[in-house]
Amino acid sequence: MKTIYPYGAWSGHLGNLILALCLGIIPLSPQKAQAQEPILAPIIDSILPIDLKEVIVISSFNKGIEHKSQPKPLSTLDQYLESSKKVSMVKRGAYAWDPMLNDMTSERLSITIDGMRIFGACTDKMDPITSYVDVSNLSDIQVESGQQGARHGNVIGGALDMRLEKSDFRPLGWTGAVETGYESNNAAQIAGGELNFSNQRFYVDMDLIYRKADNYSAGGGEEVAFSQFEKYNLSTNAGYKVSENQKLLASFIFDEARDVGYPALPMDVSLARAFIGSLSWLQDRFIGDLENWETKLYANTITHIMDDSQRPDVPIRMDMPGWSDTYGFYTQTELALDGHHLMGKLDGYYNRSQAEMTMYPNDPNEQDMFMLTWPDVRTLNSGIYLEDKISLKEASVKLSTRLALQTFNVADDFGLNSLRIFYPDMAQRQTRVLKSVSTHYHKQFKALHLSGGFAYGDRAPSVSEGFGFYLFNSFDNHDYIGNPDLKNEKALEANFKMALPIKNLNIAVEGNYFHTWDYIIGEIHPELDVMTIGADGVKVYTNLDHANLYNVSLDMTYKLISELDWSGLVSYHRGTDQNGRNLPFISPLAYSSRLTYGHGNFSGTLTLSGALDQSDFSPDFGEDRTPAYTLLSLSLGKTFSIGGDTLYAKVGIENIFDRYYSTYTDWNNIPRMGRNFFMTLSYAIN
Amino acid sequence: MKNIKSIFALLVLSLGIVSCSDGTDDPLPVADDPLEGFNLIGSFETNGHALEIYSEQEGFTTGYNELFIRIKELSTGNYVSDATIHWNPVMHMTDKTHSCPRSEISTTGEDTVYKGFIVFQMASNDDEYWELDLEYSFGGSTYTTTEQITVNAPSDGKRTVNVFTGTDNVKYVLAMMPLTPEVAVNNLSAVLFKMETMMSFPAVADYTVAIDPRMPSMGNHSSPNNEDLLFDADTGIYSGKLSLTMTGYWKINLKLLNDQEDVLKGEDVTEENEGSSLFFEIEF
Repeated sequence: MKTIYPYGAWSGHLGNLILALCLGIIPLSPQKAQAQEPILAPIIDSILPIDLKEVIVISSFNKGIEHKSQPKPLSTLDQYLESSKKVSMVKRGAYAWDPMLNDMTSERLSITIDGMRIFGACTDKMDPITSYVDVSNLSDIQVESGQQGARHGNVIGGALDMRLEKSDFRPLGWTGAVETGYESNNAAQIAGGELNFSNQRFYVDMDLIYRKADNYSAGGGEEVAFSQFEKYNLSTNAGYKVSENQKLLASFIFDEARDVGYPALPMDVSLARAFIGSLSWLQDRFIGDLENWETKLYANTITHIMDDSQRPDVPIRMDMPGWSDTYGFYTQTELALDGHHLMGKLDGYYNRSQAEMTMYPNDPNEQDMFMLTWPDVRTLNSGIYLEDKISLKEASVKLSTRLALQTFNVADDFGLNSLRIFYPDMAQRQTRVLKSVSTHYHKQFKALHLSGGFAYGDRAPSVSEGFGFYLFNSFDNHDYIGNPDLKNEKALEANFKMALPIKNLNIAVEGNYFHTWDYIIGEIHPELDVMTIGADGVKVYTNLDHANLYNVSLDMTYKLISELDWSGLVSYHRGTDQNGRNLPFISPLAYSSRLTYGHGNFSGTLTLSGALDQSDFSPDFGEDRTPAYTLLSLSLGKTFSIGGDTLYAKVGIENIFDRYYSTYTDWNNIPRMGRNFFMTLSYAIN
Repeated sequence: MKNIKSIFALLVLSLGIVSCSDGTDDPLPVADDPLEGFNLIGSFETNGHALEIYSEQEGFTTGYNELFIRIKELSTGNYVSDATIHWNPVMHMTDKTHSCPRSEISTTGEDTVYKGFIVFQMASNDDEYWELDLEYSFGGSTYTTTEQITVNAPSDGKRTVNVFTGTDNVKYVLAMMPLTPEVAVNNLSAVLFKMETMMSFPAVADYTVAIDPRMPSMGNHSSPNNEDLLFDADTGIYSGKLSLTMTGYWKINLKLLNDQEDVLKGEDVTEENEGSSLFFEIEF
């Protein structure tokens, strides 16, 4: 089925890199002009932090042993994300959870690894980008809400940037660590190791992690079939200081998962594999007064094979492989002027997404049934992003804007003709202009911090939304057809945050509101006939007139005594369309409360978390009322010194009372894990 | 500058090549042998002539057969132009004889090549056989010959022709014209005849052939944006649009409606009724 297209092949590889480089160089001139303006007094000012940013710390490199700050080290990246205040995870099993920010999933977010755009290769979202990295190679995840994330791409909901851990020329010499973990509920075994060398001139970091888990059991002991997984991740980072001012960095990640069960779906995954590589050039000083110049070239390729060979009873056997290759670049620089801190970034990527479905008829004499579910869509996006942080007296303003051009090319004639069954006049190529502007103000009154902002942004449809062909959604039990005529989705966003420290108590109230025009969602087309055996109907992606989403949260921390901290979080979310109909995957009132004890080399955490009834659910999208639940988890850790090395042991229990529950993010109400004992051992060689 | 000129010239040339290849689709390739690429499925030597019959198919097949004919003068080896040819296929069954629907034989752009079509409703077998009566005239003389031919069922066993009696008590023959199916919107054509007598099969005009393509292996999945086959008076052919959403086996359920919109044959596909009694089959 793979045909070679001279244009596509050219622009897909070498051509795109050349194009990327050209793009990277030419539009720099306005910034040069800026740099040439006479600057009277270059001031390095201390600008107040004004981002509504959350940083999920995964490892703290200085502490020798990673993941120490977490209640459950060596948990999956998904669990780290889940523990965040802003991110929630849609779950189709024990593996590859799909992150949501502001109740929006991947098509409305930018999910990047060190600024690299990567796109999953699964038409059914079984491989979010977060599934191709692991905690072993990340230092933190930057969570930026709404247009605050526009630096990384065209977004509505925000951006998640997973930053790789790097020794970063610290004079540490050789360091290493081995880690192992075990979880009782699904017999999960985790083994990992890292070896690093770093001096002031050169560093190289190597990480390896392996995870294998059997089926897990829900509360009460019921085994959840097809929830096993096995994966390993290998990553290498290296840096070389060409001069005191210039650095060359390279990174490479290989991630492979096999035999991954998706209990909430009718199919599993036999292989999900990613190669992710990048090369960066960093220079402290650039041209004139421009500084912190960073340029990165990257490429990644993903292969994702869905199959149902392990399922005992299916109406028809099928294979659904998918591929996604992305080549991209960005180049960015900063400029500090009198009271201003400017940042400019040029970026571009070229993605090729293709997915097939082959169904094997029960009558072996019949021909296989084949279709292209993603018709080799080539997406080319080039953008410019500008940001200015302005320092005022006890206040600051951040202005930012992004302008991007995005073209789609349906490169495969077979796929194009398939879509033309639905859209006879559909063009092979289309171009969209994407825009984002945002303004954010931060003011400090003594201890009280107030901030708020307005923003506008839009996004193009995703490959599935624009060009998907009979993609089955097992949640609402409908086949989905893409719509190349979709308008860009546009959102006006307002946000505020108030933080008030009173002695040992810290209170923060935060909220945002998204008014989205041309909200993209699938709507039932009763005249279309289903493809998937047993499906209830066919939905076609359409633009709703508008939809409204808002999120509010109250976040508190309190230092009871110097060894004991309490933190609490309550959040409420609501999403409706123009007719007041509920949107899917909107969180009910959720809460968490945590006590953290730390004294000497002993630490402990007691966590209570839960949610109320999901009363505002969306029956049109297959949701039902998810009942309230409350969970209690406990973990204890202790550090031992053995010679110069360190051993860190942690044990814990999750879901202590073995509650049977599922949350609003659980695909098809798949029950979550019951009581689980875990233990991790980390040994650091210093 | 010189380089630019030659590049420009190259560009113009390549454009020329591209536009040439976009020409109209002539069924006959312009080559030394206009029937190169077709299969010689019958060659009858008679009256000092060889009558050659060509087809895209491997042989005479039940259903619609588009056939090309040439007459070679054996004495000179030349092909004859300006001939008129008539044909009549006859099936010799054990208990009766009958003919089948066929077109007149017309000339083509190539003056030594003649063409027409025959719709065979049934295959030859051990006891029953087809004969082709041919009458051809040129240069003021008329010749006749009768040749036995073998008509095979299609190798894939798929149904492309239906013989049935309508609710109006008329016996019809409905045949699908050859189609190279693609996952796309396909142009589907068919021809419709009624059986007036055992030997007379006039074409039927202005009826409608309603189509409902289904995949029985996919829970009777159907495709969108199909168009029923309507009669085109210029070509005498029923044409419509057939959408195929994937490769595999498709059953095209049919209903034949007369010009009063009365259903003469075929049933709607419903939850209870998996298929129509009138259908074509495609597999690719």
